[in-house]
Amino acid sequence: MKDLLRVEAVSKHFGGIKALTDVSFTVRKGEIFGVIGPNGAGKTTLFNALTGLYQPDSGAIELDGVSLYRRKPHQILKTGFARTFQNIRLFHNMTALENVMVGRHTRTTSGVLAALLHTAHNRKEERDCAAYAMQLLNRVGIGKHAHSLAKNLSYGDQRRLEIARALASEPKLLALDEPAAGMNPNEKNALRELMVSLRSEGLTLMLIEHDVKLVMGICDRLVVLDYGEKIAEGTPETVRHDPKVIAAYLGAEVAA
Amino acid sequence: MNVLEALRSKVWLSAGLLLIGLLLLPFLVEAGLGKSWVRILDFALLYIMLALGLNIVVGYAGLLDLGYVAFYAVGAYCWALLASPHFGLNLPFWMILPMGAALAALFGVLLGAPTLRLRGDYLAIVTLGFGEIIRIFMNNLNSPVNITNGPQGITQIEPVSLFGFSLGKTQEVFGLTLSSPHLYYYLFLVCVALVVFVSMRLENSRIGRAWVAIREDEMAAAASGINTRNVKLLAFAMGATFGGLSGGLFASFQGFVSPESFNLMESIMILAMIVLGGMGNIWGVILGAILVTMIPEALRYTGDLQRALFGQVYVDPADLRMLLFGIALVLMMIFRPAGLLPSKQRKRELAEEAP
Ligand SMILES: Nc1ncnc2c1ncn2[C@@H]1O[C@H](COP(=O)(O)OP(=O)(O)O)[C@@H](O)[C@H]1O
Ligand SMILES: [Mg+2]
Repeated sequence: MKDLLRVEAVSKHFGGIKALTDVSFTVRKGEIFGVIGPNGAGKTTLFNALTGLYQPDSGAIELDGVSLYRRKPHQILKTGFARTFQNIRLFHNMTALENVMVGRHTRTTSGVLAALLHTAHNRKEERDCAAYAMQLLNRVGIGKHAHSLAKNLSYGDQRRLEIARALASEPKLLALDEPAAGMNPNEKNALRELMVSLRSEGLTLMLIEHDVKLVMGICDRLVVLDYGEKIAEGTPETVRHDPKVIAAYLGAEVAA
Repeated sequence: MNVLEALRSKVWLSAGLLLIGLLLLPFLVEAGLGKSWVRILDFALLYIMLALGLNIVVGYAGLLDLGYVAFYAVGAYCWALLASPHFGLNLPFWMILPMGAALAALFGVLLGAPTLRLRGDYLAIVTLGFGEIIRIFMNNLNSPVNITNGPQGITQIEPVSLFGFSLGKTQEVFGLTLSSPHLYYYLFLVCVALVVFVSMRLENSRIGRAWVAIREDEMAAAASGINTRNVKLLAFAMGATFGGLSGGLFASFQGFVSPESFNLMESIMILAMIVLGGMGNIWGVILGAILVTMIPEALRYTGDLQRALFGQVYVDPADLRMLLFGIALVLMMIFRPAGLLPSKQRKRELAEEAP
């Protein structure tokens, strides 16, 4: 399989804290790639550094041959790298549908003039955008809440809405930061099915997840971080038996 | 006739009635309240434009701008300098008005650009400073080269005039004698309609959604592909355009501008209109602008009232105005924090909370 994302020696520090030290790995096209590690290991910082919310100190990041290093978040999204947030970040006073329509910002073009004149192109674009967003809401299973405000959705539905918003940009790579946090077993199952079906359509996923069973069951390969350093990379099978991983973090839980 | 047609004709009917009502309003106001109230009506329309402009910046994009009056000043001075004996110029209004609006938009971008990284209180303080800087410039740009005529301001500004028909004096139209404020009322009404139209179209557009997204969560907006810098500058520019338009009309209507008209209190009043009426909701903002313009004028009569009741004036009506206005704002914040007419989102939310 071809490589999609190449991360090379990415480092990031906050004052004295080295949140990431020379982290390198590659994500291949069409796989679900896990990022695991104990709390504070630097997983979220890694996502933030990759998607432009933090400026990495050094390193190289390439998506499909295009450098993302120190690009702006909106530029990175446009090259095809979308993400969700660990601490849900929705547009709370907008409806679910509007949230997803915002996610299509880079896939639409209407500016001020088109909006004022209501050009045929503008009207069609708005209609198509709403229809596309509606489809995505149905896909993640919250179509019936399309016209509810984002802040009034349940926790699990908010997580799903974030996924729909990210998908609206039609990314090549979707990075999910603890998407199952706070979900009940039913919701988790639906989430797993969604991820698998997205992968079968050719989407590549990165997944930060604490639920070991979920992450080991679904990921094709994964990378393990500890204190901002990569301590292992490979299939769930290899990672599971890596002595460094067992010692550093997972212990009996994984070996079992 | 099917249901849809019936509905459509009903909409047209109410729109027609509203239009007739608005056209007749100055006659009724003049007959019922006196000539001076037609002028007040004109000012209400100017403030509606200002408030709708600030609403784009504060209500939609969530950028707390306390220096908004600067754009009003830019528009007003643009008109004043290009159509008065000060420079001996008298350009036609269809040239100056767009120029004033465009110049204000440029200032919107110039003053907005340095504030892009700021938010909340910091943004408010910096924009407040910018507003004051513009006013102080107007105050001091009279030497070494006299551009603005300093604190004395610019007088004898030309009124709007179209094909030799001047709005600056009483005119006979279709056998009716219409005063200058009455004539300006119709011009302002057209401009307000335009500004409302632009606001409505933008609100329900890709750009409008991007503004609200930035207000709600700037980081998530950026991660959703919005170029937050450009979209914020666009909000500043659009808001400033309305301010510049309103300023130009103000200068021509008033015939006189001076830096005093553009102080911090003005910015705060315009902000109060939005907050009172309902931030982010066009009709709420309009209502807020009307109330904040009219109520203080109405309270002037409390002087006469006091004299009639007690034979003398105990509380200066001007003080009473501010006092009652302050109480009204406090009560609003307690009982209707989202404004008199909350934005559609807020309403939707209330509807959802009900079982
Ligand atoms: N914006 C920040 N400022 C300072 N320290 C930060 C910031 N973001 C993360 N950190 C620190 O970086 C380390 C890694 O955090 P994080 O990436 O959130 O871990 P994880 O997601 O693996 O739980 C932690 O020590 C955290 O305190
Ligand atoms: Mg994290």
